[in-house]
Amino acid sequence: MILRVRDLSVRLGGSHILQGVTFDVPPSGVTALLGRNGVGKTTTLRAVLGEVPATGSVEFGGDPVLGRPTHKLVRSGLGYVPEDRCVFGGLTVAENLRLAVRGADPDYDTVHELFPELRARAGQRAGTLSGGQQQMVAIARVLLNRNRLLLVDEPTKGLAPAVVSAVAAVLSRVAEQVPILLVEQNLAVVRRLAAGAVVLEAGQVAWTGAASDLLGDAGRTRTLLGVGRA
Amino acid sequence: MSTVILLTLTGLGLAALYFLIASGLSLVFGLAGVLNFAHGLFLSVGAYATWWAEPHWGLAVAVPVGIAAGAATGALVEVVLIRPLYKRPTEQVLVTVGLSLAGVALLQSVWGADPRTFPRPAWASEVTTIGSAQVPDDRFLLIGTAVVVLLALLTFLHRTRYGLIIRAGVENRDMVSALGIDVRRAFTLVFTIGGALAGTAGVLGGMYFGSVSPGQGASLLIFAFIVVVIGGLGSVTGSAVAAVVVGLLQQFVNYYGAAGAGDVSVVALLALVLLLRPSGLARTAVTA
Ligand SMILES: Nc1ncnc2c1ncn2[C@@H]1O[C@H](COP(=O)(O)OP(=O)(O)OP(=O)(O)O)[C@@H](O)[C@H]1O
Ligand SMILES: [Mg+2]
Repeated sequence: MILRVRDLSVRLGGSHILQGVTFDVPPSGVTALLGRNGVGKTTTLRAVLGEVPATGSVEFGGDPVLGRPTHKLVRSGLGYVPEDRCVFGGLTVAENLRLAVRGADPDYDTVHELFPELRARAGQRAGTLSGGQQQMVAIARVLLNRNRLLLVDEPTKGLAPAVVSAVAAVLSRVAEQVPILLVEQNLAVVRRLAAGAVVLEAGQVAWTGAASDLLGDAGRTRTLLGVGRA
Repeated sequence: MSTVILLTLTGLGLAALYFLIASGLSLVFGLAGVLNFAHGLFLSVGAYATWWAEPHWGLAVAVPVGIAAGAATGALVEVVLIRPLYKRPTEQVLVTVGLSLAGVALLQSVWGADPRTFPRPAWASEVTTIGSAQVPDDRFLLIGTAVVVLLALLTFLHRTRYGLIIRAGVENRDMVSALGIDVRRAFTLVFTIGGALAGTAGVLGGMYFGSVSPGQGASLLIFAFIVVVIGGLGSVTGSAVAAVVVGLLQQFVNYYGAAGAGDVSVVALLALVLLLRPSGLARTAVTA
């Protein structure tokens, strides 16, 4: 297992948001982290990264990581594509990418191959990019470096259908090289990419198993995710 | 006409001082989120260091000593007092306020409350005739230094890796960390730069006023804070523009209006900007 999360608890602003979350992420393929809005998916990722204080234990590649500074953890090979992209709007596309480079030989080849548009828009301020283009920048930032795991939070949120499938295609290619823990609301994308699934409910893990078992069962999908059909 | 020229250049000279203080203040707040009331202390330390060093080694050495003393104070304050309190902003403000009061008291106990005569290069005491106006040369020293500092800061922010980190950090610190960058090191760096710039302002202010006193930093700091808010938090260019506006406004209103009206007009301008453009002239906190 590349990531082992045990009994992860987070309290924020007086509320107990995560109450003992436990799950594993295997060292290959895509694992989906699912659940209704506000259930704590983003908080789980941020707790793993050390952006919010948490108790319990998290092991990344066998090393305990809770309490380590975020930047050190990231440098040890954990890539993060946050919800809402968080590109730096005042910086150009090229500057956004340059900032993300960690090692001596960044993989610009892959980035330019997957996102030729970013090369053409290198000098454009990231704040003026479309949502889909900003998502490309956010994903490109983690592709520049060698990672052992990617945490990707709702990469298709707010994107047009054609862009959603383009993003899914990119993630599917990326997942051949590096495992991904993917938060995703679009169940068609989950179906296409994810092998395993972890479902959060009321601050705890309500279900774990194969993504196909979850999505193949309409009743289970409805009770766990509150949606009818994938 | 000669009055207008003199007022303009004096206003710009004052603007230069405001800019040197405000740009550091603005970067420190924009990046680290610290409202640094001790910034005036960095200025006083710089000024006193130069004043103290000049009789020993001459002005050519004493000026860099003053700037370095400001920088060292900035770095020390960040590492020792501010860093343990990043998660506690209220305590942080209290610490910087306390430090500025304690610093003034310390300077007073060592060198007394009275102004001390400050050294200046001989040429800065001359005057240059522009049109019909006799303009003291120290104005050009102030303005020239501020322009050089502005260009150097912008080059640093736009051409270096650390500049990139600072500009990004002003927008979103957490995301900079999430890219694997130790953003705290950039905090120390902006405090150091801010300290150096405040030290420079202290030295130039000493030359301009002809003296240095323990409270000098604190009174300049008030206007620098106004400049920061008008210019937009985290924006160096915004600080420069706002400093010019504030400096000129203050000079002209003080001369043509009643005594003290200049300061009132600056506060009125602040209120107006907050009403019309709450995030300052730069609007988005982009460190351009
Ligand atoms: N800093 C905070 N202070 C207080 N409450 C917070 C904080 N951050 C998140 N929360 C709360 O924690 C809960 C979980 O939020 P989180 O963003 O993790 O949900 P999510 O599962 O990612 O939701 P979504 O699908 O809408 O993105 C929410 O109820 C949210 O309001
Ligand atoms: Mg979320």
